[in-house]
Amino acid sequence: MTGALLERAEPETLAAVAARIRRHVVDMCAGPEGGHLGGGLSCTDVLTALYFSVMNADPLRPADPDRDRFLLSKGHAALALYATLAERGYFPVEELAEFGRPGSRLMGHPVRAVPGVELPTGSLGHGLPLACGFALANRYAGRTSRSFVLLGDGELQEGSVWEAAIAAASLGLDRLVAIVDCNGLQLTGPTEGIAPMEPLAERWSSFGWSVREVDGHDPALLAEHLGAGPWEPGKPSVLLARTVKGQGLPFLAGRAASHYVTLSPRNHSRARNALRATEATA
Amino acid sequence: MSRATREAYRDALIPLLARHPELICLDSDTGLFGAEQVAAAGEQYLNLGIAEQNLMGMAAGMAACGRVPFVNTMAAFATSRALEAIKIDIAYNGLPVRIMATHGGLAAGHLGPTHQALEDLAVMRVLPGMTVVVPADAAATEAVLEQSLHLPGPLYVRLGRKATPALPPGPPPVIGKAQTLREGGDVVLAACGAYPVLACLAAAEELAGHGIEATVLNMHTLRPLDTEALVAAAGPADLVVTLEEHWRGGGLGGAVAETLAERAPVRVLRLGVPDTFVDQVGNQEHLIAHYDLTAERVVRAVRTALDTAARSGTTHRKEHVS
Repeated sequence: MTGALLERAEPETLAAVAARIRRHVVDMCAGPEGGHLGGGLSCTDVLTALYFSVMNADPLRPADPDRDRFLLSKGHAALALYATLAERGYFPVEELAEFGRPGSRLMGHPVRAVPGVELPTGSLGHGLPLACGFALANRYAGRTSRSFVLLGDGELQEGSVWEAAIAAASLGLDRLVAIVDCNGLQLTGPTEGIAPMEPLAERWSSFGWSVREVDGHDPALLAEHLGAGPWEPGKPSVLLARTVKGQGLPFLAGRAASHYVTLSPRNHSRARNALRATEATA
Repeated sequence: MSRATREAYRDALIPLLARHPELICLDSDTGLFGAEQVAAAGEQYLNLGIAEQNLMGMAAGMAACGRVPFVNTMAAFATSRALEAIKIDIAYNGLPVRIMATHGGLAAGHLGPTHQALEDLAVMRVLPGMTVVVPADAAATEAVLEQSLHLPGPLYVRLGRKATPALPPGPPPVIGKAQTLREGGDVVLAACGAYPVLACLAAAEELAGHGIEATVLNMHTLRPLDTEALVAAAGPADLVVTLEEHWRGGGLGGAVAETLAERAPVRVLRLGVPDTFVDQVGNQEHLIAHYDLTAERVVRAVRTALDTAARSGTTHRKEHVS
């Protein structure tokens, strides 16, 4: 099914796509530079739901002005975005093997040279202002397309996120959807232990956003929520996706150590086996 | 005629918005636009509040969707607080965002160092693809605004605050082309901004009385720098002096010194605000006098430099130093 859009796919099918993307992510972390394994695996199901069910995004017409637009504000999860775009048909899946290798365009953070990437991201706190710009420009142009942006929960510590949260609500950008990958961990430890942000739902809601909170590892459920919008007319939407950092790899899941990993051949094969086992029991 | 460049910009922008529906004016509560202008601009004016990082990011997002945003903030906030958003969201993507930065140089007057921008030119001119312009007066500001319509990439425009004197009448500046305001073969005086350019013109007049002929360049565009005009002017000269409302490092003086060191080595004296934060109340004119960014200073610097050079036998124009 590589490259094909699974229109309103069955839950099993979305899960199968997500499983394939997870395998790519793990493979990329076995490359020479390693990669942001944990945060890539925590957002895989969100990316799958967006690109294989929710978004009006066609790799054959990547510049269609009416397309829905997506930004990966937590740009370090680039490897998961690349895998998703390749699976969706924006570029050959084989190119993923180039991730992190000298001369490759598949850098550690998304760059525009990669087909399907709207704008580069990586320094945290940039995605939401940019997506507000998308949403506002689309509204001025009379388009009904939607703008999606995926943020990390650690990223919410950046002040620019809240500048944009204020702007989006005051402008009533209800075709704007933010998704927070709430895996609870940042580079050095638990997000709540470093800069507590809970109760997150109340925070966003007090900023004038329509908030929902779901299991971030159920792509069908994610697609159901993200596909139906705006949830409240005149308000931007934020989905708090409760996830596990390093999802699918029991030996790393839920550990800050999964943040950036270079998988040795032994651990690579261990990770592939773990993913197979997880899929079998799913 | 004295007029503030920021007012000239504001008044020229409003009719421009009406003619070009793709333009949009994004404000950060600067107070520059009055109720009348806001009403005239209609949907093409938005006050996004005091949030400069979001201002730059939203402008980039809109530009990526085909709009041409004019973002409004003070030079100090644009180039320090919002620098990363300018670098990553705007410059990296080569997007046509116009950063209209008021209170450039010492223009913030008594408001103090938080509101002075003495590093903005250094910071902006190193960003790949960024066009950096300092219009010297109201007419030049209007010309830059018109020309920006044909510029595909990002633009930084340093504006002032209060009224500043106009340059002598002449053809309007062209972005990327230095203006030769006076020609002379002995020294080159290069400046940007109203007071420095006028000081260099006055200094050239005075130097002529001492038998020293000066070329005066209005280097209103710091990037792309008109290297051809600069190299041609510097060729026969014994000395190049730069004058600007900016710390001495990295601004116009830095750009000129870098270029001449590579292309036409000649002694370059950089005159600017010394390595210090503004330490007293004063309007722009007072602070310019306080830091001696004046015609007298330029004359003194030229005469001392040429005198020293003559005594050490390194100049071929000893007869000018009398």
